[in-house]
Amino acid sequence: MTIPTSSIEQVIPAQGAMAQPETGKPTKAKRQRFRFVANKKAATGLVILGIYVLLAIIGPWIAPYDPGARGNDLVQPPSTEHWMGTTHLGQDVFSQLLTGTRSVMFVGFFAGIVATVLSVLIGVTAGYVGGKTDEALSAISNVFLVIPALPLIIIITSTLESAEDWLIALVIGLTSWSWNARVLRAQTLSLRRRDFVEAARATGERTWRVIVFELLPNLTAVIASGFVGTVIFAVLSEITLAFIGVTSATTWNWGTILFWAQGQQALAQSAWWWFVPAGLAIAILGTSLSLINFGIDEFVSPRLRSAGKTKLKTADGKTVRMRIGFTPVLNNSAAPHTHATPTPVVPTPVAPTPVVPAPADPQQKEVAP
Amino acid sequence: MKYFLQRLAFYLFTAWAAVTLNFFIPRMIPGDPVQSLVTKYQGQLSSQAIEALYVLFGLDKDANIWQEYVAYWKQLFSGDLGLSFTFFPTPVSEIISSSLPWTLLLVGITTVISFFLGTGLGILAGWRRGSWTDGLLPVTTFLSSVPYFWLGIIAIYLLTGPDSFFPSSGGFDSGLVPAWDQYFIPSAIQHSLLPALTILISSVSGWILSMRNMMVTVASEDYITVAHAKGLTDRRVAMSYAARNALLPNVSGFALSLGFIVGGTLLVEIVFSYPGVGFQLFQALGASDYPLMQGIFLIITISVLVANLLADIAYLLLDPRTRKEG
Amino acid sequence: MSEPVLEIRNLNVAYGLGDQAVRAVRDVNLTLHRGEVLGLAGESGSGKSTLAYGLTRLLPPPGVITGGEVIYHPDGGEAYDVLALSDAALRRFRWNETAIVFQGAMNSLNPVHKISTQLTDVLKAHDPRMSEHSRNARAREMLKLVGISPDRMDAYPHQLSGGMRQRVMIGMALILQPQVVIMDEPTTALDVVMQRQILGQLIELRERLGFSVIFITHDLSLLVEFSNRIAIMYGGRIVEEAPAAAIYRDALHPYSAGLLGSFPALRGPRRELTGIPGSPPDLKGMPTGCSFHPRCPKAFDPCAGNIPVLGRPGTPDGATRSVACWLHPTAQPVGR
Ligand SMILES: Nc1ncnc2c1ncn2[C@@H]1O[C@H](COP(=O)(O)OP(=O)(O)OP(=O)(O)O)[C@@H](O)[C@H]1O
Ligand SMILES: [Mg+2]
Repeated sequence: MTIPTSSIEQVIPAQGAMAQPETGKPTKAKRQRFRFVANKKAATGLVILGIYVLLAIIGPWIAPYDPGARGNDLVQPPSTEHWMGTTHLGQDVFSQLLTGTRSVMFVGFFAGIVATVLSVLIGVTAGYVGGKTDEALSAISNVFLVIPALPLIIIITSTLESAEDWLIALVIGLTSWSWNARVLRAQTLSLRRRDFVEAARATGERTWRVIVFELLPNLTAVIASGFVGTVIFAVLSEITLAFIGVTSATTWNWGTILFWAQGQQALAQSAWWWFVPAGLAIAILGTSLSLINFGIDEFVSPRLRSAGKTKLKTADGKTVRMRIGFTPVLNNSAAPHTHATPTPVVPTPVAPTPVVPAPADPQQKEVAP
Repeated sequence: MKYFLQRLAFYLFTAWAAVTLNFFIPRMIPGDPVQSLVTKYQGQLSSQAIEALYVLFGLDKDANIWQEYVAYWKQLFSGDLGLSFTFFPTPVSEIISSSLPWTLLLVGITTVISFFLGTGLGILAGWRRGSWTDGLLPVTTFLSSVPYFWLGIIAIYLLTGPDSFFPSSGGFDSGLVPAWDQYFIPSAIQHSLLPALTILISSVSGWILSMRNMMVTVASEDYITVAHAKGLTDRRVAMSYAARNALLPNVSGFALSLGFIVGGTLLVEIVFSYPGVGFQLFQALGASDYPLMQGIFLIITISVLVANLLADIAYLLLDPRTRKEG
Repeated sequence: MSEPVLEIRNLNVAYGLGDQAVRAVRDVNLTLHRGEVLGLAGESGSGKSTLAYGLTRLLPPPGVITGGEVIYHPDGGEAYDVLALSDAALRRFRWNETAIVFQGAMNSLNPVHKISTQLTDVLKAHDPRMSEHSRNARAREMLKLVGISPDRMDAYPHQLSGGMRQRVMIGMALILQPQVVIMDEPTTALDVVMQRQILGQLIELRERLGFSVIFITHDLSLLVEFSNRIAIMYGGRIVEEAPAAAIYRDALHPYSAGLLGSFPALRGPRRELTGIPGSPPDLKGMPTGCSFHPRCPKAFDPCAGNIPVLGRPGTPDGATRSVACWLHPTAQPVGR
């Protein structure tokens, strides 16, 4: 009697199952993480984001001009000297864009971190502790959720004496954590009822240990997606603030460029090079972050994955589409797919026309060893 | 009913929180904004008006914070939001009531259109996965990442000009006086088309994406398979079964989106110099007109709360499960 | 038990395409006769639901039917292949001829519509000329039939208990008087008393209305009690198919014997509970030969090399049953 080695694990399931908690978990996690990066959307998003981060670091150094330095070419269209043209003071738009990347990325990430930390603290605590604490924390986050964030940020920042980047980021972070907190609370609630958390609680594990070691690892995807979402929001808010002139017009970011373009009648002069690049830079950054979030979403709920190949070829050359409710029929012939079996020719040690005693034979074989 | 009362209580609580925030924020303003105003309008201010300004700004040294707070509420209930600095001595409430209708109409109509259009396209994209609607997704992703105001700038750049149908700024022809007549209304509509289009294009993609995702999620529910198994028409399965359920989270997600949309539309008004509260806010910012800013913030918040309440009522009507308690 | 209603011929179903494909149903041949209850049993993941939904093309993506025919014999009409029907014809066929009570019927009802709406929209779709009044009357009648008070018509699904929802689904399945009713574990979510009650009702209804049933469950004891014939699935194939009594008395396939050994005998002498060692096969990496052989206590030489096909065994009652096992090699394969 030969058993293929591959099926040995199937024969001894108990061992396989027991071995799992120790070795199974980390490898699985690693594979999953790898799969996330393998997601085409997420990968594209990450690459673009990487470029932006790089520009944020080296941008001010590689900028060909000082972004504030005046020149003699006023409001000139793009040329070999000024790749993105010049402003009303002869400043180089390309240099402004490069230099401004740092401020945008800094505010985005700093606000993202502030909001994420707050949302984890508030959302997870509310979901995990429950009761009165939950009610109070949920009420607070719901209030922040429905108060329109941008006007609130505008009002607060307009009272600040010096609107430095970190202060702006702090204000944005402090006012935009509520949505993530709500999502995290819901996730925590559902996780709390799962076996492994219940088990950890039952063994008298300290609350913070359960949260840090059992809950948070399972919330990673949700937290990450919330972080990315806040970064998008923070970037848009910072640029908006600069555009309406709430923040200082001398620290460069893309909003500042648009502020000057708007204020100095770039539109009336048809100086498209003045306002198009900054807007595109925002849009592409936003798109890359959205792509990352799509990747995370699809990773968390596989239903959203794009259906892959949706058009199929049938055996008679027609094209059918995969869709819910009408399973495609690729081949409608009743010919069997298993050919390898020369049925009637039976290479058995058993009698070719078995009668009742036949089954007894292998059974004896089984008993013998 | 119980659900409705709960929501109502929550919105009242939020309104209270917003007012309280509004009360404390100006107390963080460094310096004495009132004094500079008093010097600016030397002699024109009655001592009573100065008094009221000090209450508003919390610079009333004689009163403790609690008394100030009570006084602030009293002012609010009598409809007094203070006097505007820029349009001194016009009361803030007057300025807001002249600009609010513009914003309400523009934002209200475009938001409703955008919601229905986006939801409709999202239903298509989610139901017919793998068809042309999938091509919509990258475009919508890109559009939803574009700041509203930049799209407005581009629209002005591309579509307006000396002989274009679209005016580039304002809410009506400068030669007209606001009135409900055959000259003013067409002009107002003409001026609002481009801002509306801008808001529509940038906000519709969010609805498309979320509705599409909900459709995809709902489409694999058991009751959808049952509906197919029952031999219902594709239309009925898509609308009455899938879309009807997918709509629920979209309606309840209205709260979050509305805040975003309102924030964005304020900016669109600025770009188009549209005479709504957003443009007003912009002017107030430029002139450090704090009473006007706060009044606008308050009014925006309350409008959003009312809109949320309406969305809640819609949800109540759409989902029988929330009607459980009767 | 002579005339067939539904003949499944070499049905093959896969999830996905190419080398990613999971072949969940393989060369299944099965015949349902008029008026009978055919039980379908097998471990979790053996492809029972896939088979049942594949019949009427209800599998969600990435499911594809990669081969086979499903011949339907309407009452008194010409037989036709369900898989070859156009979309419109298939829509007409569905529920009119075959109705399904789905696994996990808890979520089978649309939460936002009243059950009256969900009962009558199927009538509206299949018979647009029916008046609203008669549609409602019919819906009431069905509710009464499955033991639910007709004044629950206006209830929403969340206002009904699990058992009631189940009954609503059964009532809905019978509303157009189909020839075939497929029930995929319709009662697993219910307690034992409720299970038997509902099944008892169903059998009674079947005797009255004369439809045939394909009944899927893990619970072989239920099948032995309620069905006429039983088919056993393993790894996407039918491995044995026989009259219920025969399979209970002497199962020919070692897997059937193992399944029967894993629940206590209903009547007669007590048997030793054995169960089956090992776990179900991975459909992506099936063992060569008979897919059961790694777990089979009676495996011998040919099992690992060649796949046995379903055929009539040489036993005295061989004409009424079939099995796919090298212990019972056959000269009369089914469906070839
Ligand atoms: N969407 C899918 N993609 C890939 N494989 C799938 C998919 N759905 C089902 N399968 C596989 O098909 C096989 C058969 O599934 P099926 O649901 O038919 O089993 P079943 O016999 O009904 O099980 P149960 O008794 O648990 O209901 C399983 O091994 C399952 O893993
Ligand atoms: Mg199943």
